Amino acid sequence: MSVLSAKLRLRRRGWFALWAAPLPVWFALFFLGPMLLLIAMSFWSVQNYRLTPDFSLSAWTYVLSLDFLWSSFWRSYGLSLLSAVLVSLLAFPASYAMAFLISPARRLTFLGLALAPFFTSYLVRIYSLQVFLGEGGVLPQMFHSVGLSGASLLNSYTALFLGHATLTLPVVLVLQTLALGNVDRTEMSAAVNLGARPLQVLRHIILPAARPGLTLGVLFAFLLSYAEFVSATYLGGGVFQTLPILLTDLIRGGQQWPRAAVVSLLMMAVLLLTSLVTVAWAYRQKGN
Amino acid sequence: MNSHLKHALPAWVWFTGLMLVFVILYAPILSALVFSFSADRFPSLDITRFSTKWYAQVFADARALEALKNSLTIALSTALVATTLGFAAAYADFRFRFFGQRMVLALALLPPTVPIVVLSLAMLAFFSRIGLSGTVGSIILAHVVVATPFAMAICRLRLEQMPQEYETAAQNLGATPGQALRLIVLPHAAPAIGAAALITFAVSLDEYAIAWFVGGLEQTVPVTVLNTLQGQVDPTIHVIGTLAFAATLSLVFAAQLLMLRSTKSHKNKEVSP
Repeated sequence: MSVLSAKLRLRRRGWFALWAAPLPVWFALFFLGPMLLLIAMSFWSVQNYRLTPDFSLSAWTYVLSLDFLWSSFWRSYGLSLLSAVLVSLLAFPASYAMAFLISPARRLTFLGLALAPFFTSYLVRIYSLQVFLGEGGVLPQMFHSVGLSGASLLNSYTALFLGHATLTLPVVLVLQTLALGNVDRTEMSAAVNLGARPLQVLRHIILPAARPGLTLGVLFAFLLSYAEFVSATYLGGGVFQTLPILLTDLIRGGQQWPRAAVVSLLMMAVLLLTSLVTVAWAYRQKGN
Repeated sequence: MNSHLKHALPAWVWFTGLMLVFVILYAPILSALVFSFSADRFPSLDITRFSTKWYAQVFADARALEALKNSLTIALSTALVATTLGFAAAYADFRFRFFGQRMVLALALLPPTVPIVVLSLAMLAFFSRIGLSGTVGSIILAHVVVATPFAMAICRLRLEQMPQEYETAAQNLGATPGQALRLIVLPHAAPAIGAAALITFAVSLDEYAIAWFVGGLEQTVPVTVLNTLQGQVDPTIHVIGTLAFAATLSLVFAAQLLMLRSTKSHKNKEVSP
């Protein structure tokens, strides 16, 4: 009897492991493995052009003392934050329309249409933007025909911003629309019945209630823009030496693995810190 | 709805905003479509003549076809493995209570939060140390990590809509865990599994950073696009782009339809006595 129940237990364990184990095992090998190697590598050294396992702080001290690293760090941070706020402002009227002016059945269609580009060929869309904005491109031509300068719009913050918007708008639109859609309608009607003007309803009911979702929208736009290097390179035209560009240069340029690892870890730390602070603020209780 | 509710700004303002974002989102896609049929080498507003010569050029280009073959191999394998892993993890999280459950869930959702450059760098370092970099296989291993969180999230959300008692009831009536899974859970989760496969396929098909870092000489379609971005104007990009848009957009819309249909039928069942 006990042999039988032991067998049964073993089979149950096996059944459980069959479902629970595959993902953690795969991720431990091919996700945690590479990430831990990155941490370890930041302490390795390069001897005679060869990467050697070591415990050395030289990559850390070297990278942290680089002035241009800090300037590109702050530039990345500032530009991504600016883009995140601007994209959120750009998306807000659209999200408002989807949440309040369109029937729920249609809303899903619009949300689907808004989200779909997120999964489609980002690079080609950036190429299209290059063609739109470049010399003799569609937008400069249009500007020229109305008497404005027909100069290329590339290598400017406008171009970089459009690249960031191309990447982040779908996510921001979805987060904002969900947040606005969840605002309590009865509370809004109550405010109106008590004589609140539309602007007051927006400021005192809608915005505070939707704050977590709106803030998450800014955060996700920031995270995506911060880590992005294609727009910065091909639309910003290297005018903006951002951290991810620096990173790809370090690696493509040669044997600077430990330094690249340090820059990566700094990036991750900054993102983590920003996310924690933002999420804490987004879900903070009123009055705290 | 909310017709009694006055908005802070007139309706046309909000709708103009809505139109604006859709123009920003879809203009680059439409422009690729239009220019792919333009006979001119340099894309501009005054298209002189339409032609399909760039399509002919792409389909005659051995390198482009090789990249397409790589992309399809990688995307298909990724979709298969990522959907399996994602469903397994979602089912384990739904069906069992176990030690470290929250940690597994956090781990499963972690990869998308890591900047893609950093992830690519780590993958390149890792695969070159185990002698796998520069192979199609290594791109698959890495793409599975990137795509699985999507698959898991989709399957988990769908399982959430299934009353947990169904499965236990089946087992109480004598079904083995395997039978209960096959006869109760899988039919219920099937639309989500399909949607997960489509989305993970699209994610892999579109991924360029890891494929660029890890792939070495093995190029995928997005990597050839990335190389073109670095070079001069090349009208064949519009062709590749149009085909890529057509492929990924249909995948994503099909996935959305699957999810939507299943949610609706689920709701109807709940309502009817």
